[in-house]
Amino acid sequence: MSLTKNQKELTDLINTKCIDSNAILIGQDIYISSESINDVMKFLKEDVEMDFNFLTSITAVDYIEFIEIIYHLYSIDRNHRVVLKTKCYEIDNPIVPSISKLWKGAELQEREIWDLVGVEFSGHPNMKRVLLWEGFEGHPLRRSYLG
Amino acid sequence: MSIRTEPVTINLGPQHPSTHGVFRLRVTFDGETVVDVDPVFGYMHRGTEKLAETRSYVQIVTLTDRLDWVSSMSNNLAYVRAVEALCEIEVPQRAQFLRVIAAELQRIASHLMATGFLVNDMGAFATPLMYCFRERERILDLFEILCGARITLSYMRPGGVFQDAPKAFWDNLDALMKEMPIYIDELESLVTTNEIVLARSKNVGVLTAEQSINGSLSGPMLRASSVDWDIRKSNPYEIYDKLNFEVPIGKNGDVFDRYLVRIKEMRESLKIIGQCVDMISEGPVRADVPYNIRPPAGDIYSSIEAPKGELGFYLVSDQSISPYRCKIRSPSFMNLSLLREMLVGWKMSDLIVILGSVDFVMGEVDR
Amino acid sequence: MMCEQAEGLVNFCRIYKIYEFILPSWLSSFTYFFSAITLALTVINILIISTALYTWFERRTLARFQSRLGPNRWGPFGILQPIADVIKAITKEDTVPESADKVVFNMAPILLIITTLLVIIVIPLGPNSFMGSLNIGIIFIIGITSMNTISIFMGGWASRNKYAMFGAMRSVAMLITYEIPMGIAIVGILLLSNSLALSDIVLSQTIPFFIIQPIGFFVFFAASIAEISRTPFDQIEAESELGSGFHTEYSGIKFAIITLAEFMAPIISAIVITTLYLGGFKGPSILPAEFWFSIKVFGVIFFMLWIRATWPRLRIDQIMNFAWKPLFGLGLFNLFSIAIEVFVFQDKVTGFISTSHYWIMAGINWVFAILLFFGITQIIGNKNKEKIKHSYKTNMIS
Repeated sequence: MSLTKNQKELTDLINTKCIDSNAILIGQDIYISSESINDVMKFLKEDVEMDFNFLTSITAVDYIEFIEIIYHLYSIDRNHRVVLKTKCYEIDNPIVPSISKLWKGAELQEREIWDLVGVEFSGHPNMKRVLLWEGFEGHPLRRSYLG
Repeated sequence: MSIRTEPVTINLGPQHPSTHGVFRLRVTFDGETVVDVDPVFGYMHRGTEKLAETRSYVQIVTLTDRLDWVSSMSNNLAYVRAVEALCEIEVPQRAQFLRVIAAELQRIASHLMATGFLVNDMGAFATPLMYCFRERERILDLFEILCGARITLSYMRPGGVFQDAPKAFWDNLDALMKEMPIYIDELESLVTTNEIVLARSKNVGVLTAEQSINGSLSGPMLRASSVDWDIRKSNPYEIYDKLNFEVPIGKNGDVFDRYLVRIKEMRESLKIIGQCVDMISEGPVRADVPYNIRPPAGDIYSSIEAPKGELGFYLVSDQSISPYRCKIRSPSFMNLSLLREMLVGWKMSDLIVILGSVDFVMGEVDR
Repeated sequence: MMCEQAEGLVNFCRIYKIYEFILPSWLSSFTYFFSAITLALTVINILIISTALYTWFERRTLARFQSRLGPNRWGPFGILQPIADVIKAITKEDTVPESADKVVFNMAPILLIITTLLVIIVIPLGPNSFMGSLNIGIIFIIGITSMNTISIFMGGWASRNKYAMFGAMRSVAMLITYEIPMGIAIVGILLLSNSLALSDIVLSQTIPFFIIQPIGFFVFFAASIAEISRTPFDQIEAESELGSGFHTEYSGIKFAIITLAEFMAPIISAIVITTLYLGGFKGPSILPAEFWFSIKVFGVIFFMLWIRATWPRLRIDQIMNFAWKPLFGLGLFNLFSIAIEVFVFQDKVTGFISTSHYWIMAGINWVFAILLFFGITQIIGNKNKEKIKHSYKTNMIS
């Protein structure tokens, strides 16, 4: 919110630091390619000026044609937030790199997303269902799920 | 000569007196020492996020009551703030004050419950717990005057609150404000300097500041690890920027600090309520908002400082009367992400105490 | 049969004389047997009824401590609640886990209650009221109370339940450990009383022994609270951790028996403390000796209850530490100081110590006690490592 750079500058900065991120700005949200998530996150977390050290939340939304993964990052010391989004068009078997190596707190949230929305996170140490039981069929927060 | 020993795996829960609900923990013990923990969630999964997709924006308020049932007011507040941000609704001044008073009362009630159960987990035979409950009861009485309910309150609405506080509320609030500090002092004289409490809680379950930030902890858990971060200060919502209060932080990040942070927060909450009672002015308590809200298409993430930590709602609207997606960032769930770091290496008795100090409510963890 | 001391409320000779009078001549050879049975039944039933009353008292008092009401429905002030409890417990289904060791499982509660009841045999309830005056009474008590451990372990092990096993293992570790400071504290008593018989120990207390050896009293009191596993040493049951410890799997009448033994233990323990340290049945002669005895026991029980209502529980390793370091050390110190004082003050001919010398010993030992407790709390206390203060300043009572 009180980031010194505006969203446009931030997008450009991400593009220059992580070449394959393909960051584009749509409205207020920065979209990046799903392959580059780990690089972008690493940059945002470790860069002195950015210093996004707190992973607030990870969300996945099923938009029928694609699944959107939304990362809310926050910097406790500098008090600014950023929203990163990535789209995953492989609706049947969506795979996104896990960021649980960067943030321990991502582990449970990614498990929850796998459980409810069905996005698999590659590189996650323990990709199991968390809220529903093992052997549950389907992912309830998918639009295609018939409860 | 060494004795051949074998690790023992125990199911702690889902029915266990100290797991605060239906939380199951598969713990491997080597003698009395914890070697491995594997939390199993979901015994209380009710699909709140899925249910929210089929209800109108106002109806979802009742769902949020059932998230963390010991702090329904804060849940209501977090949700209606997200809706208001999505629709850009202006909330009347008096409603904001009422909301803050209610939320801070709820914070006291929640912390009282956390403290009582923490000391109960240490093995004090229910005495501090009953002390805490006696005081919490009075706050619930206040809520009953305010909105007719005690636990599942549904007091707040997008655009304000459900009704103005009756006169009896203010009288009872004044009485409570006078007696509450004495109650807290009494509780502290029983617990804070008790030698056994210190022996059981000092340097137990320590989390460093880096660890807890990395694990996305929030609320008293994070502040006990000496991270000075409170959303009420860093991103003031409602009228918190007009209020004068401090954010207590701990030093070591152990169980005792978590306890002390909660006690101090209760005192700060009392200060906040006192200021609100002084500053509140007459006026409407609810903006003119239709029953079936159709927010403009878009998404929003809005969070508040709930008693247990950062409670956020991520709402996606597609211009219909119910949200397209309603994701709940619940503090209890996130605070459990460092369970292994906290528990491994401690004794069984410590495990219970550390779990108690996390202060989670299963309704919010499983949603 | 010599029966001259036919006084006191619970006295074998008194009962013997009654039976001698009422029994027909062809049954006279059973007089001994009948009077023994009568005496035993009387004492055991008094103990069981007082345990029932004690459960009511404990629940009411704890409720007052916690600003609740407690049982208040059945009878005046809910005093008939224990009867309701017993009826409920007996009519419950008596389950035995399928994989339990059935013989041991069924034997454990019986052994537990037997060992608890046996202690009362040697306790002098008044100058002449006791079931049997054993001249090695105190050794008998130490031996019998150790048996408790075995029955608890039997129950926990036979249940085939991990929680019960945890409780049982803790009990073995803890109870055996606390035997040691307890024994050392008792030796201090023996030095003063010159006798192992409990009636002699009581009679030699011209002033109560807890005044003469405060450290010994503290050690013995702490150890006996640990032996009966009450707060702050109640790791064996530890409701918030183990559910209920070794008796997790018990139900129905076996659970009732275990609960009986458990609630009887504080009474027994208070009785032993009263006998050894508080002057037993002694007191001004305006009231009968048995009455003074009851009052003292009641006081000790209330003190234990007070502790239970106030304090949390220590961790198992802290409990063991407490036994081996502070308690063991204090016990040894007490033993040495008493031994030296007895050597100095003892009458070389009769072997007794006059009351004025007792007072001098008491003075010396209290000074030691205060210094030691101050020193120990300074060294191992948590409060002093870093100053912990209440977050409030003044408004405690406004």
